[in-house]
Amino acid sequence: MGELRIVENATCTFCGCVCDDMILRVEDNRIVEAKNACVLGKAWFLNHHIEDRPVALVNGKPASLEEAVQRAAQILVEARYPVVYGLSDTTCEAQRVAVAIADRVGACVDTTTSVCHGPSGMAFQGVGEVTCSLGEVKNRADLVIFWGSNPAESHPRHMTRYSTMPKGLFVPRGRKDRTVVLVDVRRTKSAPAADIFLQIKPRKDFEALWALRALVKGVSLDDGVEAETGIPLAQLQDLAQRMKTCKFGVLFFGMGLSMTRGKHLNVEAALALARDLNEYTKFYIKPMRGHGNVTGADNVVSWQTGYPFGVSLSRGYPRFNPGEFTTADTLARGEADAALIVASDPMANFSQPAREHLARIPYLVLDPKETPTVRHAAVAFTTATYGINTGGTVYRMDDVPLPLRPAFPSPYPSDEEVLKRIERTIRDMQEN
Amino acid sequence: MLEPFILIPGRTSRQGTTLNEGKLKQDYLRETSTVLANPDDCRRLGLNAGQRVRLKSAHGEAEAVVEPAKPGELPPGVLFMAYGDTSSRLMGADTHGTGMPDSKGIDVTLEILRPMLQ
Ligand code: SF4
Repeated sequence: MGELRIVENATCTFCGCVCDDMILRVEDNRIVEAKNACVLGKAWFLNHHIEDRPVALVNGKPASLEEAVQRAAQILVEARYPVVYGLSDTTCEAQRVAVAIADRVGACVDTTTSVCHGPSGMAFQGVGEVTCSLGEVKNRADLVIFWGSNPAESHPRHMTRYSTMPKGLFVPRGRKDRTVVLVDVRRTKSAPAADIFLQIKPRKDFEALWALRALVKGVSLDDGVEAETGIPLAQLQDLAQRMKTCKFGVLFFGMGLSMTRGKHLNVEAALALARDLNEYTKFYIKPMRGHGNVTGADNVVSWQTGYPFGVSLSRGYPRFNPGEFTTADTLARGEADAALIVASDPMANFSQPAREHLARIPYLVLDPKETPTVRHAAVAFTTATYGINTGGTVYRMDDVPLPLRPAFPSPYPSDEEVLKRIERTIRDMQEN
Repeated sequence: MLEPFILIPGRTSRQGTTLNEGKLKQDYLRETSTVLANPDDCRRLGLNAGQRVRLKSAHGEAEAVVEPAKPGELPPGVLFMAYGDTSSRLMGADTHGTGMPDSKGIDVTLEILRPMLQ
């Protein structure tokens, strides 16, 4: 038997819950047990062992790190409209180097936020976000609403660790002191965990949220609301009443709002509802963020450029314009002529025109695993997995930064290390 | 026959666990190309578990395998599928000035492919 180690208080970076109470059993540079992890966290820890892959591929052929860095820097320096994309599954330390590279080569910097809660980011700018931490939810919330989100499958420990089950200072009996509401098109696996489930018609979130705003303000509505939204008026009235009379309410919204037609307008309706409710009680609203450090990406890009995603640095100063500088658009319109992709898989997740254009341009990618994006890359780097092999900082979905505690070392470099080398090489090329 | 549906792609536990095993592996590919349909719709259209169908949107098309959803899970006329390559193929490129293509609530038609093998 090989060496056995226990790593306590490790952090899971698979989803935005970023649970930092993992107890990992590590044997021979392999995690064999992940105590406290949910089914997704277990799959994350148990499947990230060291794979036997070349440290880098240039045009699909194994290459040394040095050769790959040279080629990567050359692609970015020669490009006229480069994009830097991804960033939500790496550390804040790596994210800041990626932004520095974007600044050096005058790129558009964009993160996977633009295709998950990007519209929510736009809505925050329009309406504002009545925000709180998950710790406050745990200790205070007596009404918890999930809208267009299926935490049982996408954030399995959200309910047990933060939002519905834990006993808190002002909710000493935990779940018994809370009312849990789920609003969704589908009766998902989260439904059994809710006291009230409202099944809404597809693409009618804005209408239902606006109806709730009206009811909260005392405007009377007729039964037409049910025909429009699929939710009986009496149920909406009941929910509005619960929202106004709770002590501390919170609405967690998922991509059911941000990905559906209306997008930022759906989220603006939800934000406005939460804001309105503060005339009557304490009411908060938070997006359910998906990737482990997507919240960190928003924070890093914001503190470095002033905007969270979809930022062009081509004029030497930041300009923010979703739809223009966001990667789904710069690729689909055939504008980008090179890309740096960090820990993301646009070749599988983007629209067909965007993928076809990406396949035509030279791009580099950093990823611990082989993905469709890795397969088509001009330069692909195999990197260490953040949180499992590397330390650093990540942000939980409520904007709380947490340190990582790696379980075992990787023979592959970290994203930060590769990006730093690329940045240095670009600087040398530009100065000479 | 082409049947109109609204497709809601989303996350599933299995998509999340198989993703970690590898995006190019069979289990992930199977999970992300399975489409859930309301059992009444399945009966009406003669769709059984394992039936191959072609989904077509205004932007693309993809093949998938049908699985009847649990009663009450999906309303009639709505399909669900785990996010992945298949659902992305049906998504349009236009982001309407947001950076985000319409990725949920996609209008599709469903066409039954060859009869299921017994
Ligand atoms: S809820 Fe998310 S962060 Fe927590 S263990 Fe599960 S996958 Fe990891």
